[in-house]
Amino acid sequence: MKILGFMLLLSGWAIVLTAVALLTQDGPRAAFVLAGIGVEIVGLTLVIRAHPVRRGEHE
Amino acid sequence: MPATAPTLSDTGAALCAILILLVPLAGAGLALINTGLGRSRSAAHLMMSSLCVVSVAALAYIFCGFAWQGFAGQPAHVAMIGGKPWGWLGAGPLLLRHMTFAASPALLAALLGMLSAGLAGLIPLGAGADRWRLGACCASTALLAGWTFPLFSHWVWGGGWLAQLGADYGIGQGFVDAGGASTIQAMGGLTALAIVWILGARRGKYAHDGMPTAIPGHNAVFVLFGCLLALVGWWGLNSAGTILFNGAEPGVAVIVAINSTLSAASAALAAALVTNTRFGKPDASLTANGWIGGLAASSGACAFVLPIEAAIIGVIAGVLVTFSVEWFELRMSVDDPGGSISAHAMGGLWGVLAVGVFGSIPPRVLNSSGQAVAHPGQWLAQLVGIATLIGFVLPLTYGLNWLLNRVYPQRVPAEGERQGMDLYELGAGAYPEFITHGDEFTER
Repeated sequence: MKILGFMLLLSGWAIVLTAVALLTQDGPRAAFVLAGIGVEIVGLTLVIRAHPVRRGEHE
Repeated sequence: MPATAPTLSDTGAALCAILILLVPLAGAGLALINTGLGRSRSAAHLMMSSLCVVSVAALAYIFCGFAWQGFAGQPAHVAMIGGKPWGWLGAGPLLLRHMTFAASPALLAALLGMLSAGLAGLIPLGAGADRWRLGACCASTALLAGWTFPLFSHWVWGGGWLAQLGADYGIGQGFVDAGGASTIQAMGGLTALAIVWILGARRGKYAHDGMPTAIPGHNAVFVLFGCLLALVGWWGLNSAGTILFNGAEPGVAVIVAINSTLSAASAALAAALVTNTRFGKPDASLTANGWIGGLAASSGACAFVLPIEAAIIGVIAGVLVTFSVEWFELRMSVDDPGGSISAHAMGGLWGVLAVGVFGSIPPRVLNSSGQAVAHPGQWLAQLVGIATLIGFVLPLTYGLNWLLNRVYPQRVPAEGERQGMDLYELGAGAYPEFITHGDEFTER
């Protein structure tokens, strides 16, 4: 789940970069940038949920 | 930022140099805060780590960091995408070999960058307190100051693709960060998050049912004095960054100092009010975290907002940091003794966004006839920067520290935590006349 989360973080960033590079109109570009950030939030959530498990390793 | 390097008069360069020389006070303040919020049996270790981190950062940054960060108007590696140049890494020679050693803007930028890299390296120390080995701190800082910080700083401060979003794609004035809300604060805070994930929580922090135990800091005086010391450093940091990387006149230092102070003050008062309302008494450590969060947030827009807007930015930062500390500890099981992630990452990210919400940035993008034109969409440029921090910088810094952890385990053995980092790693405590307590290791 952690690796998937990090992959989603990078994918979200790639969507943002692609929107900046390929789209010229403000509306669609903003929409895709927000969509990319949404994907990053999903990825961050997965990474966060993957980590509390590690807590027990040090108890 | 401007694609060409700013020009400074001799007086302006001298003023800028003096402002930069205030920056180590921000580092001293952070070191005191981190130490005060940690345990007494790790106090000497934390101060020693702070000194070593600043030293490693200075060497790594001057060895290769500035060459890769670059400066506006200097050579850079550029990729052509869709016919537009994307500057992604500076291409200067190592060890400042190309520099003329006069008070040029580029040399001042190298000095500011060296101190900024040290400041960014100090931020994760608060999060990894009481369990992060000294050697691992140094190795992690070398990666941060030698690679991650220069790479992102090139994009923001070195004329890279984020800075050129306005000129190349008509998105606002490009990504704007006057004093390092992204390059220093968010970068350091996200590295702190990666470090905490890799290290895990301190022994005894979380009970078997997952509830956190309060492990209060050992010296509130250090913490609160550190806040006052950091303010002076931030005046220099925000002012010098605005002059060198945003082409402002040296006189901007006055309004930058006013706005930075207002932001920190509002944030601290907001945090004190929130904790007083919720717990019946104002909490000193959360108020200190609010103060630092306000300073971190001020770094983004300090030169481009009115004083009332700086105060609003501070209030929001103070409230955000207060709830963020609790959220990280309770909901995410992130053991961050210094509150570094909340104060620096959350504060810094809010500061970056605040540029798009409140900032009035003078037009700096030139049209074909050489006139400055204003593009709408500054908020979008700032969002692209935030997406880059979370979507690229966080995985990068996590990956580098994960690899380092495989080669050189970063967490001290259990015996080290039991003895305290001072005795285990340094052989002597900070307070030899006092008895240290170990009762928090009682099995619950």
